[in-house]
Amino acid sequence: MRTVIFRSIAPYLTSLMVLFSIFVLLRGHNEPGGGFIGGLIAASALAIYGIACGVAPVRRAIYFHPMAISAFGLFMSAMAGVLSVFAGVPYMSGLWIYPHLFGVEVALSSVLVFDVGVYLVVVGAIGSIALALEERDRD
Amino acid sequence: MSAAAPGATFIVLMLPFLAAVIAPWLTRRLGHNAAWLLALAPLAIFIHFLGFSTDVADGGIVTGGFQWVPSFNVSFSWLIDGLSLTFVLLISGIGALIMLYSGGYLKGNAQLGRFFSFMLMFMGAMLGVVISDSFLMLFVYWELTSITSFLLIGFDHTREASRRAAIQALVVTGGGGLALLAGLLVIWNITGVSQISLLLSFGDELRGSPFYLLALFLVLGGAFSKSAQFPLHFWLPNAMEAPTPVSAYLHSATMVKAGVYLLMRLNPVLGETVWWETILPVFGGTTLIVGTLLAIRQTDLKLMLAYTTVSSLGLLVMLTGFGSEHAIAAAVLYLVAHSLFKGGLFMVAGLIDHEAGTRDVTRLGGLRKAMPITFAAAMAAAISMAGLPPFVGFLAKEEIYYALWATDPWSLAFVAVAIVGNGLMFVIGFAVAIKPFFGPAVKTPKAAHEGPVLLWLGPLTLGVTALVAALVSPLTHRFISSPMASAVAGEAEEVTISVIPHMGPALILSIITIIFGIIAYRMLDRLRAGMSFLLAAIGWGPDRGFDQFMSGLVRLSVAITRFVQPGRLDIYMTVTFLMIAAALIGPMAWYGEWPAMPVWPDDVQFHEYVVFAIVIIGLLAVIYARDRLTAIVSLGIQGFAVALIFMLFGAPDLSFTQFMVETLAVVILALVMTRLKLTASDHRPTGQKVVDMSVALACGVGFTLYLMAVTQQPFNTALSEFFAAYSKVVAHGTNVVNVILVDFRGTDTLGEIAVVMVTGLAILSLIRIRTSRVKVADNDPDQNGVSDQTAEVR
Repeated sequence: MRTVIFRSIAPYLTSLMVLFSIFVLLRGHNEPGGGFIGGLIAASALAIYGIACGVAPVRRAIYFHPMAISAFGLFMSAMAGVLSVFAGVPYMSGLWIYPHLFGVEVALSSVLVFDVGVYLVVVGAIGSIALALEERDRD
Repeated sequence: MSAAAPGATFIVLMLPFLAAVIAPWLTRRLGHNAAWLLALAPLAIFIHFLGFSTDVADGGIVTGGFQWVPSFNVSFSWLIDGLSLTFVLLISGIGALIMLYSGGYLKGNAQLGRFFSFMLMFMGAMLGVVISDSFLMLFVYWELTSITSFLLIGFDHTREASRRAAIQALVVTGGGGLALLAGLLVIWNITGVSQISLLLSFGDELRGSPFYLLALFLVLGGAFSKSAQFPLHFWLPNAMEAPTPVSAYLHSATMVKAGVYLLMRLNPVLGETVWWETILPVFGGTTLIVGTLLAIRQTDLKLMLAYTTVSSLGLLVMLTGFGSEHAIAAAVLYLVAHSLFKGGLFMVAGLIDHEAGTRDVTRLGGLRKAMPITFAAAMAAAISMAGLPPFVGFLAKEEIYYALWATDPWSLAFVAVAIVGNGLMFVIGFAVAIKPFFGPAVKTPKAAHEGPVLLWLGPLTLGVTALVAALVSPLTHRFISSPMASAVAGEAEEVTISVIPHMGPALILSIITIIFGIIAYRMLDRLRAGMSFLLAAIGWGPDRGFDQFMSGLVRLSVAITRFVQPGRLDIYMTVTFLMIAAALIGPMAWYGEWPAMPVWPDDVQFHEYVVFAIVIIGLLAVIYARDRLTAIVSLGIQGFAVALIFMLFGAPDLSFTQFMVETLAVVILALVMTRLKLTASDHRPTGQKVVDMSVALACGVGFTLYLMAVTQQPFNTALSEFFAAYSKVVAHGTNVVNVILVDFRGTDTLGEIAVVMVTGLAILSLIRIRTSRVKVADNDPDQNGVSDQTAEVR
């Protein structure tokens, strides 16, 4: 699998895919997409990078253990629900604010936080499985 | 009145847990002297609840709390009456002394902070048990005492005996706790109330119910296991593996009385029936006799005391079962007296062990001069235990004989039981208090001298309390005995007994007991030899029975696991797919609801035919693939075709996800397959092929029929209309699928991503296991670390 062509293209492909996955994640509320599918794209990006250049560079690049990323995502999603305590509404109620950043109205919500959590859970879980399997591929 | 403020009571109930959190930190700073500060927590509790005593003495009942889960009618609420107040004062008062004693006893132990923490947690749990008004709260605290007791018995976890005793105690008392839960639920269902304070007016309803016996047996299961009634008594002596402060506090003064507390609490509603008045005295009386006989055999101070604790608990259950006015008064007095003298004697035993280096009664003697304060405390406790004036134990014993004395054969039998039991307890009490202190000085492993103030303060205070409580008996009765007896009886009751002996049958029975005790004391060595011989002749006991039960349980579960989990992947797969096929086809065959043959649509477009063709090509490619890798990739073709179909019929999200899942599935499957070192192609015997093919066909046919049946039903559009209408308005999103996932049904998604993460974790550890299994010995943390590193390096 480690052909020169593949190895040269993989980093660019991976960065494009990760970028695209974030795009898919953020547009998910109004267009097809969302945290789950975004997470799957990012996980396959990591898998491709791992197949092409070996697992060690991937682990270096994402810095944290993928399972830790996954756990943090789960925590983030759970906490997104807890936010509604402060508004005095039931657990997991969506909360929205519309701050103006650089003159543009940006819609931020606890739902978005939740979706980012889903994204991280999926990237972390699938990514760690793929990486672990690729790692064992070499010995 | 400020003490009645519910907020203050709640904080006080949480105080032990807060103290438990800071205990390790405090102990790191102050060493064993942290005990002085930590003892302030129980002291504060003691003082807080003392504020209720005038109210309660005047017959008042203080309840408080707040709603916990209103939809299930569950509250966090408490009930303070004579019964719970006495228990609370005992728990917190003795608790403060025990904290000090622990500081002295485990001075220098590296785990002292942890020990303090466990003790305080236990204290909080025990307070909760006796003060709970709501059933569920009672149950939660009840099990919490079992768990903290498990942690404390197994405190010295490097010794196997400790671990075994801890597990044994947990299994017996925790199992009993489950019976209690079931019993409380039955009571809840019969009466419809979940609070003890409300339950008290439902006595007749409960006793008349056809489920009365079921509720009674379940509750007794909980109470008897916790309070170590024969034949479940065996865990209590084994629990003596715990450090002595634990034995003094949990296993004599407080926790083991939780069962008695429960019986006393439920006496007004479950009592006064033939069953109650037969089972309780019979089991209690048996426990009393068995406990004392087993105590005679022991030479270890702690074990002698442990078995007399068993018999004292038997006596309390027996008295509660009689339920007469005097019997309840006797039970109340004896309970208080027992907590004071038995806690004290345990602390004395620990003191002797700590200072002399042994607690074998045959290797101790003449410590009177070396340990005068300990000796005084021991004598005070022993006199109270023997039931001699002027200690509170005397009041209890007089009241017991008042209660039991009657001339019918049933009562006479129990009078005889009480005389034998009390007489033998007299013997043990003095054997602990006299044998180590009198006689010629014996050389002990350590040169004995008086212990530090932390160690003797507890037993001495308890001894003085027992004396003062008896001397000012009118006050004791007004504030402690009478309110408690009233709560147990369910109606106002007055306890009047005082230290001045009155002529009467009770006094005569007391004198008989004392004479019997003195004779038995002189024959102690011969009795001990006789008992050992007898027990050796019997051979089997419930303790060994417990081991047999446990190993039988393990064998059974191993056998079941072997059967259910044979460890062969092909069997798992076959069973799983057969179940799927059965679940799909079974109901349709059973109800005869086969779908109608679908009509071939007229307007099939060319590109739709192409998609179908791709599906069929994928299928053929899988079947005719020469090697496994090709088969896996060909499976992907089908997945992509399905994704295309989703796309064509207007489900872009679904299609998108299907594409990604399919890709990742192929990648991961391929990675797994390359790891498995299988032959490149698949050679199954023909028989196997036929079986697998039939299973696959059954699943395929099942899914097809099922989908056809579903789509032939009229489509209910209520949900899609709801989401289409409200997605934008309520949740500010136009992508309905995503809005459902993250907003309308967000809690579901939270559960699902938790599953995703846990599955990932499980798969990760499965991948890792194969490298480390060969080298790692079980239970060896050092080796584990090393091999993990090597796995990492490779």
